[in-house]
Amino acid sequence: MGTRRISVTVDGVAYSDDVEPRTLLVHYLRERLGKTGTVVGCDTSNCGACTVHLDGRSVKSCSVLAVQVDGSDVTTIEGLAQNGELHPVQQAFHENHGLQCGYCTPGMIMQAVDLLKDNPDPSDAEIREGLEGNLCRCTGYQNIVKSVKAAAGAGSVSAGVAGGAA
Amino acid sequence: MIPAAFDYESPASIDEALQVIAGAGDREVKVLAGGQSLIPVLRLRMNAPDLVVDLGRIAELRGVRDDGDAIAIGAMTTHDDVTREPLIRQHALLLSLAAQTVADPQVRHRGTFGGSLAHADPAADMPAPALALGAEFVIAGPSGRRTVGASDFFTDLFTTAIGEGELLVEVRVPKHTGWGAHYEKFNHVAHTWSIVGVAAAVRVEGGTIAEAKVGLTNMGLVPIRATAVEQALVGQPATADAIRAAAQNADQGTNPMSDASADEHYRRHLAKVLTGRAVLAAVG
Repeated sequence: MGTRRISVTVDGVAYSDDVEPRTLLVHYLRERLGKTGTVVGCDTSNCGACTVHLDGRSVKSCSVLAVQVDGSDVTTIEGLAQNGELHPVQQAFHENHGLQCGYCTPGMIMQAVDLLKDNPDPSDAEIREGLEGNLCRCTGYQNIVKSVKAAAGAGSVSAGVAGGAA
Repeated sequence: MIPAAFDYESPASIDEALQVIAGAGDREVKVLAGGQSLIPVLRLRMNAPDLVVDLGRIAELRGVRDDGDAIAIGAMTTHDDVTREPLIRQHALLLSLAAQTVADPQVRHRGTFGGSLAHADPAADMPAPALALGAEFVIAGPSGRRTVGASDFFTDLFTTAIGEGELLVEVRVPKHTGWGAHYEKFNHVAHTWSIVGVAAAVRVEGGTIAEAKVGLTNMGLVPIRATAVEQALVGQPATADAIRAAAQNADQGTNPMSDASADEHYRRHLAKVLTGRAVLAAVG
């Protein structure tokens, strides 16, 4: 069945790799590029833990083939911090105990960044709806919503998005 | 979990895609649109095609244009774009509102209008609004293009009028400018399939319902037009009592399934309640 060559920019670095067509983006990121910050939570497309930005919009990287991102720009949780400074959404999760057990956090943060880009001042209900595709299975959503609210209040969200994904 | 191995082609035009599919011979082909249903199916190995033909590189399949008395929506236009597109909001608000409820934001960024219609999942949210608004489906094949009306497009469970070697390329939706609209669905938890959904578009003149179109999601193997409700609504005052009375006809002509989410009787009950809510919200 062979392989296909893809060229993709991930967290600002250009890569060119031969991949099997059946390779999922999340597996390419984790196993080929070592971007293990993006996690697999469910294997059923439900949990959103593997959320990354593809050409500036959030997607579940378990539901995208690596061959589909040829020529595209991908930002993972590992590409959010700039010059050693946490992204405002990462900082807000840290300060508001939004991580909890931490497993859903990469996806929650990537989806929250996408949400705030669309709606810089969301209500609690809009935050919950915006995070509809991301599941927390350890604690609950209270501190996660609080973190996103705090990040919105900080007002520097759009400035903090990695250049390629903005 | 990873999919079984397959060959992959990503043609750059509709014609090239049709040639690739025609050239597949005996190999089983799956057409990949946004992949938000197909990739999970492949990953769970519920299907293992020999060849996947990805429509993602075909620019002519994306976008929305004004086409006189209709708007024409490219099959690969994402749910997110259907939600936001001003032409759709102005002339087919029902589609925009329904698209906004599909799954979750990440899925809406990838999943496509045409892909959802071609997949024809009985619990999917876009078929019933498309049916209610009388959409026409433009299907391209080796011998040219043909157009299929909404009432002939959905033929069975996960089955449409799209034949072997054909592709859905565009959906023409008659303009419903100035109509009120609402999509009301019921599910148990966030971003799961609709147990029942109701798509309603209503034109009100001086407090009276002049025209009404109602489509039902997951009340049978295919989306169903609630014609008894539509007829009962026309000429009625746009009041809660009159609308709820008309909505009592919502399960007429339906054939809902019983499954783990709901039995048939509960679905019939939901159809009536949700139809009342949808039409009431649509009249504003």
